[in-house]
Amino acid sequence: MAADFSTRAHDALNNPQLRANFRRAMDGLMTKRAAQFEDKDNWTALRAKGAAIKARALAQLPDLLEEFEQKAIANGITVHWAETTADANRIVLEILTAHGAKKVIKGKSMVSEEMHLNAHLEAHGIKAVESDLGEYIIQLAGEAPSHIVMPCIHKNKGEIAQLFTDNIENQPYTEDVDALTAAARQVLRREFASADAGLSGANFLVAETGSLVLIENEGNGRLSTTLPPLHIAVAGIEKLVEKLDDVAPLLALLPRSATGQAITTYVNMITSPRKSGEQDGPRQVHLVLLDNGRSRVYADEQLRDTLRCIRCGACMNHCPVYSRVGGHTYGSVYPGPIGKILTPQLAGLDCAGDLPHASTLCNACVEVCPVQIPIADILVRLRTEAAEPSASPAVKGAGSGHSAVESAVWKGWQAMYANPAAYKVGTKALSVVGNLIPAAAPLLKQWTSVRTKPKFAAKTLHQLAREKGYDNE
Amino acid sequence: MPAHVTPPAEMPKDVYYFGTCLVDLFFPDAGLAGMELLKRQGIRVVFPQDQSCCGQPAFNSGHRSEAREVARAQLDAFPEDWPIVVPSGSCAGMMRVHYPDLFQGDRDEERAKAFAGRVYELSWFLVHVLGLDTKLVDKGEKVTVTWHGSCHSMREMGVVDEPKRLIRALSNVTLVENPREKECCGFGGTFAVRQPEVSAAMVADKIDAIGQTGAARVVSGDCGCLMNIGGALDKAGKPTRPQHLAEFLLERCHGR
Amino acid sequence: MSEARANILARLRAAPQVQPPERPYWQAPSFNDRLDRFRMMIEAVHGEVHVVTEQTWRPHLRKILAEKNVARVLAAPHLGIDWDDVVAYDAPVEDFKDQLVSGIDACVTTTRGAIAETGSLVVVPDVDEPRLASLLPPIHVALLKADDIADNLAQIIEAQGWAAAMPTNLLLISGPSKTADIEQTLAYGVHGPKELIVLVLQ
Ligand code: SF4
Repeated sequence: MAADFSTRAHDALNNPQLRANFRRAMDGLMTKRAAQFEDKDNWTALRAKGAAIKARALAQLPDLLEEFEQKAIANGITVHWAETTADANRIVLEILTAHGAKKVIKGKSMVSEEMHLNAHLEAHGIKAVESDLGEYIIQLAGEAPSHIVMPCIHKNKGEIAQLFTDNIENQPYTEDVDALTAAARQVLRREFASADAGLSGANFLVAETGSLVLIENEGNGRLSTTLPPLHIAVAGIEKLVEKLDDVAPLLALLPRSATGQAITTYVNMITSPRKSGEQDGPRQVHLVLLDNGRSRVYADEQLRDTLRCIRCGACMNHCPVYSRVGGHTYGSVYPGPIGKILTPQLAGLDCAGDLPHASTLCNACVEVCPVQIPIADILVRLRTEAAEPSASPAVKGAGSGHSAVESAVWKGWQAMYANPAAYKVGTKALSVVGNLIPAAAPLLKQWTSVRTKPKFAAKTLHQLAREKGYDNE
Repeated sequence: MPAHVTPPAEMPKDVYYFGTCLVDLFFPDAGLAGMELLKRQGIRVVFPQDQSCCGQPAFNSGHRSEAREVARAQLDAFPEDWPIVVPSGSCAGMMRVHYPDLFQGDRDEERAKAFAGRVYELSWFLVHVLGLDTKLVDKGEKVTVTWHGSCHSMREMGVVDEPKRLIRALSNVTLVENPREKECCGFGGTFAVRQPEVSAAMVADKIDAIGQTGAARVVSGDCGCLMNIGGALDKAGKPTRPQHLAEFLLERCHGR
Repeated sequence: MSEARANILARLRAAPQVQPPERPYWQAPSFNDRLDRFRMMIEAVHGEVHVVTEQTWRPHLRKILAEKNVARVLAAPHLGIDWDDVVAYDAPVEDFKDQLVSGIDACVTTTRGAIAETGSLVVVPDVDEPRLASLLPPIHVALLKADDIADNLAQIIEAQGWAAAMPTNLLLISGPSKTADIEQTLAYGVHGPKELIVLVLQ
């Protein structure tokens, strides 16, 4: 993968097929979401409730984690804690090894992507098979998801048809979506039946009951968590909610924001492994709670809001940057606006410092986020932490974006703009000679690649206001 | 969440005008037009000569202390308790929404909060305070225009319908709405030079969508967008002309 | 307990404490005709609804199964289904897997109620109707009592006292299995049932 956002964006922008795929898909998703939230007052009240439920859970997070753990253990679920993705990978591997598992069937899980779990398991001789259709397709292609809800949204039928023909035995080339879906069903049924373990994520963890709540449309999540004798779930520590009935408003927000569906086909609430007398369900359920920087982010009251995210993807669906460049350009497991704030916080500004700048701050994401995450404010905060670090322990890689030249430029800017006399002299001079600056000058060069040079007016508004006799008080 | 803006308790006799730094250098006629519109409603318009910039460029780039010092100069330049009218949703948003945060814990915190509460976007002020949408008399030729709403005017200042109410009040003007009206034009301040290719792709789509409306003019309330969209239209040799709302209204109702 | 657990909790406890905000008011919708809403919502996602009675549902089911060319049906014996080839899920999945994955054409399950707002069935698997019954066969027939349709999820959670006694597994099922992963085009039956038929007992 190319070095930085700009380079990857260049490649994406020059791929007309990719751009068309994203544009079409995002337009469709925005229309469907809008139809779900036509009643503005209801939307406003509902998202305020969703935001409060998540904020409330975060405010009590350590207590709720303990309460959840206690309930889950009582229900027969084994709870593990992982500080880093390496720890989480190690834990998952240990559980699998203890069961002699050779093949894991996976439901869709962004945390497992964050862990790069599949690669870790492969390296230890365990095959991980993705069973969500979109994840299955990109696994065949050897790619990463380009969207957190619709992982293969960057691919069109033709590309998928070709992948199937190349990878599935006796699969003729067809672009018929029903036929492609049926082919995947057949292959994956065999994988389900022969898997030693199932792995999933979780959308909500309910402290009150010790339950895992998973939502999906396909049924592969239910299969992964039910058919194999062992189920391992991986989830971020921020997934906690306090009460079971907190799930109701969040469910009224998540699928509607994500795909414009009233609800997903399945809402799967798992509270314990197979009990004696029951015929199915895993004999053991393990939950790995992943921190990976979340508890550090938690230390800052503003940045903490990032952890409210319910991973609906609405922010990327509505992002004018994401819809132009697609998910892979972000070079991060979480793309789009949420990725721009989450990745630099988890990985550090020193690793992903270009992401907070890859935004026009248009606030389209803020407008649709069902839990009211102030994404734009957090983007600006992260830019600030990179350039002029505060002492906040929540930010990894603070100060890494500091540049002496840039700082000097802003100091110079301040000297002119914070001083009325200097400002008047400076602007007057610019209106006289500004137009002489060549289009090839730094900054102007980028600007004039697709635009004409802005023209300095002969007189500033300050001058005109004086001449027209406007009072100066 | 957009700011919750309410009109001043009483009809103001005096208002301040904050021209913005971009208008000052590149679009002074648009700035002046806004002042004329206010003046013609019988309001005394005060233009403090000590004003400069709202501080947004530095603020959004992460240079908060420089932004704060420039912002402080504005607090100094607008001391009276008068409404501050701004012909830009973006700069208005900076001052109304972000000043309280920028000055948090600063000696000028209270002053900044009071200042923020006095800031109004021009079209909002014209409609909700002066009722201009019911008073406009169109004297211009028939023309078709389209509207471009700036991201910050819509999503920070909550200005969505006001400009269109003003345009629709003009009898000889046909407003053709652009189905992608609410999509960012790709300006984003330093974004345009930090991510020039993404910005270019965004503005290219924007001028396409504008072109499809068949409008002779694209009217907007923010000069950042106008500079971006206008520059791109120009470079692409497209016939649609950009114009600031204030200038457009003044021209229609009072001639040049 | 583990060091990781202690470290994570310690970091969280060291962070600034904020007052947990109250949950603001939001009322989930209610409906004059819950069956009507339920029907509209589930039909919109490709579910089929038949209104029947305690007396008519068995012959009606028979007709449906015949129309769909079903051979073998999975159902709990106590349902007393009128069909020639009915099997019960009465062995552990390990011994029943092959049959379940490819040997059964339809299953019939009960429900614990439904949600009008979203057109969702509440299915609680148990000893007689294990978890996979409603998932692996290509057709799922669900029996629902019309009186058990609630307005919304919050209401049914409360009315049925879920929080106090969560079963091992509780499911909301809203239509047949589907995917839109290929070019946003809907396709049914990707992993679970291709058809969902609800017999509403009035
Ligand atoms: S940030 Fe908000 S909009 Fe984006 S994925 Fe998270 S919850 Fe959804």
